[in-house]
Amino acid sequence: MTLRARQVSVRFGRSPVLHGVDFSARSGGMTAIVGPNGSGKTTLLRALTGEIPARGAVALDGLTVGTANAVALAARRAVLPQASRLAFPFTVIEVVRIGHGAGAHADRPHLPRRALERVGMAHMAERLYQDLSGGEQQRVQLARVLAQVWEPVTVDGPAWLFLDEPVSSLDIGHQLAVMRLATEFAQAGGGVVAVMHDLNLTAMYADSVAVMQAGRIAAAGPTREVLTSPLLSRVYDCDLRLNTPPADGTPYILPHASDKAQAL
Amino acid sequence: MTLTRADAAADTGPRDRRAVARRAHLWLALLLLATCAAGLGTGAAQVSVLDGLSGAADPVTRVILWEVRLPRVVLGALVGAALAVSGAVMQGLFRNPLADPGIVGVSAGAGLGAVGAIVLGGLLPPALQGLLGIYMVPAAAFLGGWASVLMLYAVATRGGRTSVATMLLAGIALGALSGAVSGLLVYAADDQQLRDLTFWGLGSLAGATWGKVATAAPVILLAAGGAPLLGRGLNGLALGEATALHLGLNVQQVKNAAILAVAAATGAAVAVSGGIGFVGIVVPHLLRLATGPDHGPLLVNSALLGASLLLGADMISRVIIAPAELPIGIVTAVLGAPVFLWILLRRHGQVAL
Repeated sequence: MTLRARQVSVRFGRSPVLHGVDFSARSGGMTAIVGPNGSGKTTLLRALTGEIPARGAVALDGLTVGTANAVALAARRAVLPQASRLAFPFTVIEVVRIGHGAGAHADRPHLPRRALERVGMAHMAERLYQDLSGGEQQRVQLARVLAQVWEPVTVDGPAWLFLDEPVSSLDIGHQLAVMRLATEFAQAGGGVVAVMHDLNLTAMYADSVAVMQAGRIAAAGPTREVLTSPLLSRVYDCDLRLNTPPADGTPYILPHASDKAQAL
Repeated sequence: MTLTRADAAADTGPRDRRAVARRAHLWLALLLLATCAAGLGTGAAQVSVLDGLSGAADPVTRVILWEVRLPRVVLGALVGAALAVSGAVMQGLFRNPLADPGIVGVSAGAGLGAVGAIVLGGLLPPALQGLLGIYMVPAAAFLGGWASVLMLYAVATRGGRTSVATMLLAGIALGALSGAVSGLLVYAADDQQLRDLTFWGLGSLAGATWGKVATAAPVILLAAGGAPLLGRGLNGLALGEATALHLGLNVQQVKNAAILAVAAATGAAVAVSGGIGFVGIVVPHLLRLATGPDHGPLLVNSALLGASLLLGADMISRVIIAPAELPIGIVTAVLGAPVFLWILLRRHGQVAL
């Protein structure tokens, strides 16, 4: 029950973006991909979902990821892009129905509305998508993705969510709500791979993490082992300190202004 | 109040546009029947449709109904459906409500074919002229439309992937080039050819025969009838090509089928009726306002409303200066352009471009 990528390389034109990346993720947990801007997080996610041509091999539970398997893959995994522009004035519920119709549960007509309820957008079901705020649109897209792979575990195996910065336009309350939702999906047996910007949310919710730097994986493994002050400071090229409160043991990361800290 | 209504409607919600769109199938089909009947009854000669159909009429009336008006009504419905469906498919493919076969140069390519046939047709060997006969201009128009689509496709496709943006821009360039060559030919045309050209360029259903119906019908019925199968694919494309792929769609196949359908339907329509504008933009746009952008019902409704609209425009073109006729392209432009502007003004800020 794994996603496994071997020696994935991607180049845009002449410039290489990913250099032979090995990556794996297990269902039943959330795997985060973190790293500074331009380190190849989104490119890796796009290669893992078969969206861009890449050298190397990607397999999701034995299915080769690529256009040839598009229909089989759609029944097993859904992808939330970073930003979505919609061409025509669809309503919120119509957008969710498009995802629903593509998945393995198209015979369950109540799912689109329930998916909207899960992201707290059911009251806006009849509104036009293009009239919503960026954060609301992001939650509708998440509902669209959920409606496509509603059950974390199917008869064929686990379902997967690929999320590209799922909380980037959300307020803090909705950030936590969306992260909880993704965690629940993973705990119920599904797989979640998420590109994350927020290191604290990553530390709170991700079971394992891959830290990227300049198109390579700088470190990967269980979140609490991988996220350390020296590694993060090196990769993000600034002074970051990881603190662990004794109360619950969930680490948090704080930036430090080095010169100021010395003055104190 | 709202809550109880929503509960009663279960997941469908209080304002489900799917139901509205499905009801519209019926109403638009009835509208088409009515316009067909009205089209049969309208014209320079006063004839009774009922007598003509029941066989009680004199031979002249029968000829007017069966050999003049009926083929014209059938051809008008086919062309209107083809133009509206082509517009809707093209807009879905380019994810732009202002896209139209006229914009990507398909109509201009077909026009060049027709102009070439009118002006240079006389240079062909007489035997070939005799063989092609009255089909020379339509056949050339069809080939012109197809050739321009194939050229566009070749320009915009690299490594099996078609870039929609490249195709749109290349279409504008190719359309301009076709227009320029057509202009050159017009410059070289004599007086009689100029009259033919003007009439053809503005579009007309005059001269509709069962022969023309028989040539256009298979192509248009196949393309416009098959187009609703593209509904799911075009809905997916509305979310972007990447998302369409993740929805399990074979994006390149959807694009190929859409381009093929547009080329066939537009080519056939322009071939038998000349350049008729605005149907492809106005009809899908009106329907999207009324029943939403879901391409499944939209493509069916576009065919029905496009057919009715063109028949209505044809009736106006026949009676407004009877017994003479106005080219139908003038009528659709005079009716369509203000309606289009009115929609844009009324929905100011709400029309997504």
